[in-house]
Amino acid sequence: LALKDGLHSQVSAALKEGRVAPTELCQRCLALIKSTKFLNAYITVAEETALRQAEESEERYKRGQPLGILDGIPIAVKDNFNTAGIETTCASNMLKGYISPYNATVVQKLLDQGAVLLGKTNLDEFAMGSGSTDGVFGPVRNPWSYSKQYKEKSAPKSHSENKESNWVITGGSSGGSAAAVSSFTCFAALGSDTGGSTRNPAAHCGVVGLKPTYGLISRHGLIPLVNSMDVPGILTRCVDDAAVLLGSLAGHDPKDSTTIQDDFRPFELPNLTDVSKLSIGIPKEYHAPGLSSEILSLWSKAADLFKKAGAKVVEVSLPHTRYSIVCYHVLCTAEVASNMARFDGLEYGHRSDMKESTESMYAATRREGFNDVVRGRILSGNYFLLKQNYEKYFVKAQKVRRLIANDFVKVFSSGIDILLTPTTLSDAAPYTEFIQEDNRTRSAQDDILTQAANMAGLPAINVPTALSERGLPVGLQFIGRSFQEKQLLTVAKWFEKQVKFPMIQLEEVKRHDNGVFQHQKSASFS
Amino acid sequence: LAPWIPVVGLEIHAQISSNSKLFSGSQVQFAAPPNSLVSFFDASLPGTLPVLNRRCVEAAVMTGLALNCSINKKSLFDRKHYFYADLPAGYQITQQRVPIAVNGSLSYSLYIDNKMSQMVTKTVRIKQIQLEQDSGKSLHDDTRSQTLVDLNRAGVGLMEVVMEPDMCCGEEAAAAVRELQLILQTLGSSQAVMAEGQLRVDANVSVHHPGEPYGVRTEVKNINSIRFLAKAVDYEIQRQIEELENEGTILNETRAFDSKLGCTVPMRDKEAKQDYRFMPEPNLPPLILYDAKSLPANMNHQQVINIDWIHERLPDLPSVKREKLVEQYGILPEHSFTLLNEDGLAEFFESVVKQTQMKPKKVIGWILKDLLSYLKQHSLTVKESPVSSFLLADLLNLLERNKISSTAAKQGTTDLCCFYCDFQVLVELWKGEGKTPLEIVKEQELELLQDEKELEQICQAVIDGQENEVIIMVLG
Repeated sequence: LALKDGLHSQVSAALKEGRVAPTELCQRCLALIKSTKFLNAYITVAEETALRQAEESEERYKRGQPLGILDGIPIAVKDNFNTAGIETTCASNMLKGYISPYNATVVQKLLDQGAVLLGKTNLDEFAMGSGSTDGVFGPVRNPWSYSKQYKEKSAPKSHSENKESNWVITGGSSGGSAAAVSSFTCFAALGSDTGGSTRNPAAHCGVVGLKPTYGLISRHGLIPLVNSMDVPGILTRCVDDAAVLLGSLAGHDPKDSTTIQDDFRPFELPNLTDVSKLSIGIPKEYHAPGLSSEILSLWSKAADLFKKAGAKVVEVSLPHTRYSIVCYHVLCTAEVASNMARFDGLEYGHRSDMKESTESMYAATRREGFNDVVRGRILSGNYFLLKQNYEKYFVKAQKVRRLIANDFVKVFSSGIDILLTPTTLSDAAPYTEFIQEDNRTRSAQDDILTQAANMAGLPAINVPTALSERGLPVGLQFIGRSFQEKQLLTVAKWFEKQVKFPMIQLEEVKRHDNGVFQHQKSASFS
Repeated sequence: LAPWIPVVGLEIHAQISSNSKLFSGSQVQFAAPPNSLVSFFDASLPGTLPVLNRRCVEAAVMTGLALNCSINKKSLFDRKHYFYADLPAGYQITQQRVPIAVNGSLSYSLYIDNKMSQMVTKTVRIKQIQLEQDSGKSLHDDTRSQTLVDLNRAGVGLMEVVMEPDMCCGEEAAAAVRELQLILQTLGSSQAVMAEGQLRVDANVSVHHPGEPYGVRTEVKNINSIRFLAKAVDYEIQRQIEELENEGTILNETRAFDSKLGCTVPMRDKEAKQDYRFMPEPNLPPLILYDAKSLPANMNHQQVINIDWIHERLPDLPSVKREKLVEQYGILPEHSFTLLNEDGLAEFFESVVKQTQMKPKKVIGWILKDLLSYLKQHSLTVKESPVSSFLLADLLNLLERNKISSTAAKQGTTDLCCFYCDFQVLVELWKGEGKTPLEIVKEQELELLQDEKELEQICQAVIDGQENEVIIMVLG
């Protein structure tokens, strides 16, 4: 049994049959985390509690009473979810050392089903960014930087220079979670998605990244970026696993008034064979400026794949796409300004030594606690919320948001089932190149393909598709109708099967597994 | 000198009487140990979300209906941002765009003059009622240069009732607030005790000449009782008039009422104009209320609020209660006003009436003169009265049975003496020894003597010995 096995098909069965013990699984993951420390994917590794959880799981398996398919499965959680007793930092000085007294609902659900919480993963500070480079604990490195595939394609350099300076980013802001799943240190991870923060790093790290419909999964305990757009995101190595996680997390939460009341029934994904009844939409506006020719070509090939298999593939238009970045900027910064107002050093978190007055303490605390990305967004947001600006910016942006959402409604009501788009403009950039531009510029560039789905609250998923010329992952995105995750994932699973995305070949993992790779997947696209 | 027209409007915050807070499950309780009633949400721990308390919505709907408002079937929640130590989230959740109730009215009565002889009824328009969070409390310890913060109150539900500037003086403001207080207490939607901070009143005051536009208004805060409200408003009106007559100007500012000095002073904290950067509260969907017509058939009744259902179950409001008392017992409107104005007095009166043969029109005198003035003298509430309704009824029955005809001669002295004798009984009763009137009468040899001469002697002796009692009795 290898760490890279999907939990749906292999690991759960192995646990049930006693072929592997939860404690063994946990220890192997912890060991791999240690040997991949240079990735900086984890902020906190909860070794003791994880082992204890694994032991408890083992007891349950011995009694023949596992809690379900997730019992004993090691998972990681992005460090903007509250975890009781385990530090929650949001990669910010403001919350360094902050130990929350409660679990986020999604964390609680995972624990209640016996999952083993390995630790908290790295991110951009307060989830603001598209590189996972702007957190207080340093940037996350894309595991593919150390893959055989990437190294083979890189220009020959001296050995040390290669490893240290040429590494590529994970994308963001859930880069730590994506890297953790990609490097096999866990079987699944929670991220968050506000403008693409789960799908973007999923694409760059070659993993499945699911953004569920807004209102399907509880946000209680997810430290908010934009309350009206945030969703918990799911990162796994295959689509089936994403469906399993979704099934265990979705449903009404009385603690979150924005979750829908309807009953949610977990589903098994059918093995779709006949796509002839499917209608795939290709939004022409997603041929965005800066889209690499490589990805354009892959997107086109994917469309052909569906066509050849009998599906109807239609070009559609989402005309307000080009306004979404600016619209997002206004609404996001406004909510950020509001959400960050609670960080004053009084009740929890960092408090400055400045004692002259309450106000000076507040000001110093916030200057010391937040990085300049966060401070910049707060200032912008407050500007847009000023009485004299409110109509011009905030209300206007709300109206534009409605137009963007209506674009999707129109398209989906014209017979289109699923939209197929690229997830990112290019493959992962080297870190040294990425940081040449500031966070705001990068976010504006990188969010263009993912963020409209957040505006409209729609479900969307990144499916790893092929390797680029540089040997790095490229993914494609499917966007579905509200609350139609079953259809979305079914199509995604069919596509995943067709493309057979190659497994990452990591030295470290090989050492740990020293066995035959059971699911040798070869790239069929490049 | 041209006359001045004072204009007074009020913003009243009434704490909702509920077990838990507006958006979280922590308890609502007065004078609990500091920071012992604070949930994660109240402390603004990151990641916590508001969940609307049904009871608070019902309280607001009840209050809106009692004040003749239109209840908005869809209302919205907003964030009002400012930084302060007692506001953990850095914003208050309120209803700025669309509040739960609008366009109502409140009728109140007040005495036309100081003699308390006649009452007049006035009306003030209610602009709106909105639901919002209360803040915590901060105490500034200047000697140690620190601020102490208690978040027990943070997040408690408030109804803000906005009264239009239809009032003209302190007395009207006080009467309007008093009536609102009674309504809230009758509904049970707020206990509305000002001393416990459950009812807070801010007054907006301005003056202008007839025919001219309204003057600049000031906001007066820190008013801790209805009595102080009248004082503060009247002082501010005077201050503004004097200022303007001396060619000064009125600043649009916030002033605090200093109860010791009896005047208003500018509040140092509130000099700069705040931009609250209102924004919709994204974590709360619009609040939808239903009535019998709009209620969907398959809706779970636990999940919805039916305005009509609440309307049907409203108790009798004070104005209705007063009318009923007048009608049922033949007492004067002024009487019923006083009865309702004192907590528990109306019930006491009705209880006595039930237990005695004495006519209600006579009983009312005993209640309003003897009992009430004694209670006031000794700072007792009706509930704390050492004389129960049973005992008083007993005494009155005694009087009824041994009645002295009102056409008796030497009416003055005789009546005075008998009145005094009865009063003596009462005093004894009030010593709270639990004796019945008959026992006391026998004990004190106060039985009605048919011999007028003997009566006179006894009364005189007693009068000589107890001058103070007599004076009090004569003053009634």
